[in-house]
Amino acid sequence: MLAMQPKNRYQGFHVTKIKGAATAMDGLRNFLRLFKDALKDLLPIILVIVFFQVVVLQQPFPNLGKTIIGSFFVLAGLAFFVQGLEMGLFPIGESLARAFASKGSLTALLSFAFCLGFGTTVAEPALIAVTKEAGKVAAESGFIGTSMEARDEYADGLRYTVALSVGAALVLGVLRILKGWPIQYLIIGGYVLVVTITFFAPQEIIGIAYDSGGVTTSTITVPLVTALGVGLASTIRGRNPLTDGFGLIAFASLMPMIFVLLYGMVV
Amino acid sequence: MDTLHTLVMDTLTTAQSLFFEVLPIAAVILGFQVLVIRKPVANLHKIAIGFVYVVIGLTLLLVGLEEALFPIGKEMALQLTRPEFLGADDGPLTWRDYYWVYVFAAAIGFATTVAEPSLIAVSLKAQEISGGSFSAWGLRIAVAIGVAIGVAIGAFRIVTGTPLPYYIMAGYAVVIIQTMFSSKWIIPLAYDSGGVTTSTVTVPVLAALGLGLATTIEGRSALIDGFGLIAFASLFPIMSVMGYALLSSWLQQRKKNSKKDSEVPT
Repeated sequence: MLAMQPKNRYQGFHVTKIKGAATAMDGLRNFLRLFKDALKDLLPIILVIVFFQVVVLQQPFPNLGKTIIGSFFVLAGLAFFVQGLEMGLFPIGESLARAFASKGSLTALLSFAFCLGFGTTVAEPALIAVTKEAGKVAAESGFIGTSMEARDEYADGLRYTVALSVGAALVLGVLRILKGWPIQYLIIGGYVLVVTITFFAPQEIIGIAYDSGGVTTSTITVPLVTALGVGLASTIRGRNPLTDGFGLIAFASLMPMIFVLLYGMVV
Repeated sequence: MDTLHTLVMDTLTTAQSLFFEVLPIAAVILGFQVLVIRKPVANLHKIAIGFVYVVIGLTLLLVGLEEALFPIGKEMALQLTRPEFLGADDGPLTWRDYYWVYVFAAAIGFATTVAEPSLIAVSLKAQEISGGSFSAWGLRIAVAIGVAIGVAIGAFRIVTGTPLPYYIMAGYAVVIIQTMFSSKWIIPLAYDSGGVTTSTVTVPVLAALGLGLATTIEGRSALIDGFGLIAFASLFPIMSVMGYALLSSWLQQRKKNSKKDSEVPT
């Protein structure tokens, strides 16, 4: 029942081509609805912050005006993001999946998966920030040399290790979708590996290694990779988009842990 | 006027850094499209507009968070971990004195996850391919509950100074047991929800909380104890999503059974 062709439309959500005043109105109405959805998304954060500021810490709000303007930015940002998801990231992921499936070249698909994983991670600002921080803390604790070069070398090494691991993760994840392997054996096998290496890895690397899995999956990569996986699983005969299409993100969060732990042992 | 100026500057720098984040992605896609696939993309125009919208959206989101929410959130994390707030004057602190920290960790973990754009994307996709029978909102709430529990336990771990690997290993054990009992359609989605919880909105606040705790508590090292909250936030949603699926199938089963009972002719 679930193994149907992917629909290009979401429940209660549809994108119109701007073709005149009537559709422009539609676009505006659509945007307003997205804005309202975003309000629902943001409301919990506002409630938590107000509660802790007023009830627990019993302090006035610093810069209330700034907070309100910022909140409007967040709302508009979420609305634009979801619209862009719908128009750009999801369709291109699906179209790539179809194109690779019809081309039928495994090498082309797997090298695309690797490049996508490596390319999007190596320049990821969050990862650069975290590895830099890790280099600083590692130098302070005497885990590596204190010189600037040692620090940068350690941070860059960490960054390339993570990027390499995400590339490898997407290759393995795509291969799994093609072959229809059940995900749990691979992921649980990976966890067992993580636990085993943890015993041998230096203590300084463990926290960073465990966190690195969470840092790699950026907000632009996740929708793209999800659409690619689901697109592949919907196009390939015998695959189910729900049981086979998801899971790429899981590989991309597991593999960096293994690679970074190993990196900590080698350095 | 001055704040307006910084606002505009912040927006431009954020847009610029996001542009450089999109660039390698666009380059990889275009490269393969032109060199390997060699076929035109349908609706290329619309897709390009979509990418622009994503950049605009994330720019506004990040600037807004940076302006409005992160400063307060980080400040709160620091204030709640301060010895004076915790009542250090009344004697030595035990892990029980940190109750507001756990409540804050859980609440902010839940709230930031609900607003996490990556999770919105994955849950929309899941709802779409399930033909609407699977609710995007339900998945997001399940994930957010997982993050809330995970981060609260993570804060407890930093306060007590117990080793991170024990918790992670115990968590893995629970995940393995749940996997054995879960239906196979939820497993990949549950594993994926571990990775999507921790990006734009959640990470900065959690990192501040972790480092705040590690620096204010005596005997904790920022290197060993400060990290790890993000690991909790990515492990526990796996459990809560599988738990949610198990619970809802159990409830459906019970409803079916009770219906059968009531349908017995009198």
